[in-house]
Amino acid sequence: MAIPAPNSPPDPALVASNRFGLGARPGDRARIAGDPRGYLKAELRQPDIALISLDDPAYAGLLGSTSAIHASMAANFQRKLDREHMATAPAQPATASVQAMSAQAASAQVTPAQSVPPPAAPPKPAPPIEATLFRAEAQARFDKALRAEAGFVERLVYFWSNHFCVSVAKDNIVRASAGAFEREAIRPFVLGHFADMLMAVERHPAMLFYLDNQQSVGPDSRAGKNRQRGLNENLAREIMELHTLGVGSGYTQADVTSFAHILTGWTMAGREGRLGEPGSSVFNANAHEPGDAVLLGKTYPAGGMGQAEAALNDIASHPATAQHIATELARHFISDEPPPAVVARLAKVFTKSDGNLRALASTLIDMPEAWSTPLAKMRSPFDYIAAIRRATGPGPAIDPGQSLNWLNALGEPLWQPPGPNGFSDQADSWASAEGMKIRLDIAWQAARQVKDIGNPNDMLDAVVGPSASPETRQAIARAESKQQGLALLLMAPEFQRR
Amino acid sequence: MSLLCETPHPSRRAMLMTGGALFAWAYLPRFARAADNRDPRLIVIVLRGALDGLSAVGPVGDPDYAGLHGDIALSLTGPHAALPLDGFFAVNPAMPVFARLFKKKQAAVVHAAATGYRERSHFDGQDVLESGFAGPGHVATGWLNRALENLPAGDRVATLGGLAVGPSTPLVIRGAAPVLGWAPQSLPAPAGDLATRVLDLYQHRDPVLAVALRKGLDADKMAFDDQMGSKPMKPKGGLDSAAGMRQAAQGAARLIAADDGPRVAALAFDGWDTHVNEGGATGRLATLLGGLDGAFEEFEKGLGERWKDTAIVTITEFGRTAQVNGTVGTDHGTGTVVLLAGGAIKGGRVIADWPGLKPAQLYEQRDLAPTSDVRAVLKGLLADQFGLSAAVLGDKVFPESAAVTPMRGLIV
Repeated sequence: MAIPAPNSPPDPALVASNRFGLGARPGDRARIAGDPRGYLKAELRQPDIALISLDDPAYAGLLGSTSAIHASMAANFQRKLDREHMATAPAQPATASVQAMSAQAASAQVTPAQSVPPPAAPPKPAPPIEATLFRAEAQARFDKALRAEAGFVERLVYFWSNHFCVSVAKDNIVRASAGAFEREAIRPFVLGHFADMLMAVERHPAMLFYLDNQQSVGPDSRAGKNRQRGLNENLAREIMELHTLGVGSGYTQADVTSFAHILTGWTMAGREGRLGEPGSSVFNANAHEPGDAVLLGKTYPAGGMGQAEAALNDIASHPATAQHIATELARHFISDEPPPAVVARLAKVFTKSDGNLRALASTLIDMPEAWSTPLAKMRSPFDYIAAIRRATGPGPAIDPGQSLNWLNALGEPLWQPPGPNGFSDQADSWASAEGMKIRLDIAWQAARQVKDIGNPNDMLDAVVGPSASPETRQAIARAESKQQGLALLLMAPEFQRR
Repeated sequence: MSLLCETPHPSRRAMLMTGGALFAWAYLPRFARAADNRDPRLIVIVLRGALDGLSAVGPVGDPDYAGLHGDIALSLTGPHAALPLDGFFAVNPAMPVFARLFKKKQAAVVHAAATGYRERSHFDGQDVLESGFAGPGHVATGWLNRALENLPAGDRVATLGGLAVGPSTPLVIRGAAPVLGWAPQSLPAPAGDLATRVLDLYQHRDPVLAVALRKGLDADKMAFDDQMGSKPMKPKGGLDSAAGMRQAAQGAARLIAADDGPRVAALAFDGWDTHVNEGGATGRLATLLGGLDGAFEEFEKGLGERWKDTAIVTITEFGRTAQVNGTVGTDHGTGTVVLLAGGAIKGGRVIADWPGLKPAQLYEQRDLAPTSDVRAVLKGLLADQFGLSAAVLGDKVFPESAAVTPMRGLIV
C-alpha cells in the first residue's frame, strides 16, 4: 500500500468529505473521488438546499417561531396561574387528606375485598411545550445532517448559526424558538447575502430576547418618559463586536450607546397582542428613541424602524465586517491560523460581491490552500457526532436524546453556547484531555450499538479511504472484536481531524 | 441524601492502581514536606460574564448606594437581609458560607478592583484577565500557567502541574506547564483495552491527541474510582448552574487534596452577564452566588487538613454599571470585587480604598471606579504562596506590569 509522504497534500476526497463536509457515508467516496470540487459545488447550485420546510412530512412537529413563542407564552401564563392557585388555595391538600381520612374510616367498616382500589399513580405530566419543540427541532437538525449529500451547506449553516448564536439557557422563549430561529434567519440566507441574514437575525424574536433588546426603551421615547423601562445596550454592542465589525475595529462606547438608541423599538409582540400577532417581531414606535443619531461618524435621521435598517445595511458592508467574516470563515475551513493571503482574498470577494455568501463558499472551494493545508483541525462535537451517525447509521431510535447527551458531555450543548461569542473554533478547545476521554466513551457506545458491523477495515476504506495510515489500518485489523475495531476507527486521527 | 453517596472519595490505593502517578509522563519522586509543614495550594475561580460586585458585596454604608442600585441593592433590613461583614459592607445573603468564613478570618474581599482593561468587551476583558497581559490579543498562555513555568526547576508545585476543571481548559491555565483536565461525566466506560490501543495508535500518529487522551484517562480514574470499583458521578448541571459549580468543586477538591495532586487549579463558572432581571438578595444573581458559595463549602470539606494551606481567589473580567439599567439589570462596567477564601487567607477584612458612588466619583460617570488592581492581588498571592519574586511576576507572569506592586500580607 502506498504510504503518503509526510508533506504530501491530503487526499482530495478526504478534504471534500471532512474539511468541507460532514463525513462520508458508506458508498459516498465513489461519488466524491472523480471530482471532489464539483461534488461540493453541486450543493451550492441548489437554491433551497438548506431549507427545512414546515410542509415537509420528513420534519414533523415543528412550528414557526411566532406560533412557538405564542405557545410558550400561553403555557407560561398558565403555569403562573397554576402557581398562584397553589399559593392562594392551600386548602386543597388539606381537603385531599380529609378525603383520604374519611376513605380510610369508611374502609375500616367494609371488608377488604370491597375497599376502594388504591389510587392509580398520577399520570406522568406531559413535558413542557418548550422541551417538546426543542427536541423536534434537534431531531430535524440531526436528520438533515444524515440526509445531506456532502454536507458542505449544512456546515455553512452551523458556521453561521454559531456566528449569530442564541442560547436556550436564556429563557423559555429562546428555548421554544432557537430551532425556528436557525430555520428562519440562517438557513434561507446561507447562500444569499450577508446583509439579508443580518437583518433577519437581528429582528428575530429569539435574538431580540437573547440579547435583551425586546425590553430596551429609548429614554426620551414616550414609554421611556413614563419611566418604567430604559435603555439596554447589550444587542447593540454584540452586533458590532461579534456579528459584524469585530472587536477593536474602532467603534467607541458612544457608538454603542447611540446604536442602542437606534435599535430601541425592535421588539416582539406580547401575549396580549397589543403590538401585533403574539410572538411576532414588531416595531414599537412608543419605545423608539426619537431624533437623529450619529453612529461611526454618520448621521442617521430620525425614521422609526428604517433608522436601524439603514445602520445595519451600512455596518454589513463595512470593510471591518468583510475582514472579520473572512477571518472567521478561513479559520473554520482552512486552519486555526489561516494564511493572511487567504483572508485577504475572502475579504475582497465579500466586498466586491456585496456580501454574497454563495460567492464566498465557492471561493473557499477554489482556494489551493484548502486542498494543500494538512487536515489538522478537530471536528467539533456536533460534526463528530454527525460523522459517526453518517458512517455507522442513525442509531438505536429516532429519539435525539442520545446525540443531545453526547453533545452535552462534549461541552457543546445544542443551541446553548457559553456566551454570545458562540463555541470555540480552535482545535485546542476540542482536543482537551476531558474532551478526548469523552470521545473515547462515545466511540465505544456508538460501536456497541451497530448491529451488523461487517469488516471494520472495509468501513475504514469506505469512510477514510486509501490515505489511512498503516498504523490505523493495523490497529483496526488487530482489534479484539469488531466493536473494538469500529471504535478504533471512530477514534483514529483520520476520523477526528479535518 | 448527601452528595457524597454518588461521589466516592478516591483512595490512595486506587490512585496507585492507575499506574503510580497522576501524570504519566513524570514519574515523581516522593517529595519531602517543607520544613514548616506548609504545602500551599492556589485555586482560581473565573466568573465569566462580569460579576456585579455591588450586589455581591454591597457598600450598604454608602449613602448613594441604595439610590443607584435601585431595587436590586442589598440592605441590612427586610426579609432577605444582607450579611454584615463590617460597619460598611455586607455580603449577599445567598453566601452564608462566605460570611461564616469571613467571621473565622478565612475569607476576605478586595473591593473596587479591576484589571488594567478599560473597555467593555467580555471576550477581550476575559482575555486580559486570564492571559495576564496588559491588553487583549494574547490567547496562547495564561498567567497561572506561566507562574508554574517560572518556578525554580524541580520545585514541587511546578512539577505537580495544574488542574483545569471543565470540558475545555480555561485560558488562565493554558500554556507550557503540564495541566490535567477534568470534568464530571456520565458515559459508560469502554470495555477491554480499547483505551490502551487508541493511545498506542495516537503515540504513533498523533502525539498531541495522545497527551490529551492520556491526561483525560488519568484524571478520570483519580476522581472517580474507589476501593469498591468505579461509580460514575451523575452530572448535576452545567458550570452555569449552582449544582454544577458545587459538583465541579467537589471533584476538584479531591484531586487537589491528594499528596501528588496538582497544587494549582482553575475553574470557570459561566452565566454572570446579568443585563435583565438581575435580582439582588434573591433572584438570578443570588442563585449563581449561592452556587459559588456552595463551591467554597465543597472545597473546605473536600480539602480536609489541606484547607489550611489553601487560598481560593475568585475573579471576573470587569464589573457592571453602578446604576441599574432600564431592564432591572446592569450593563458592562469597570470596578468589581475579588473574593478570597481559604485557611491560608488572612481574612476578616474588606480591603478597599473606597472611591464613593457620587456621579463625579464614578468611572465615566457610570461604573464603580477601580482603586485596586486585580493583578496586585494575584501577584501578592503568588508571591506569598509560592515565593515568586516581584521581578518575575512583573515581567513573565504579568508582562509589562512592573508598576503594579504585589499586594502582600493576604496570606497568613
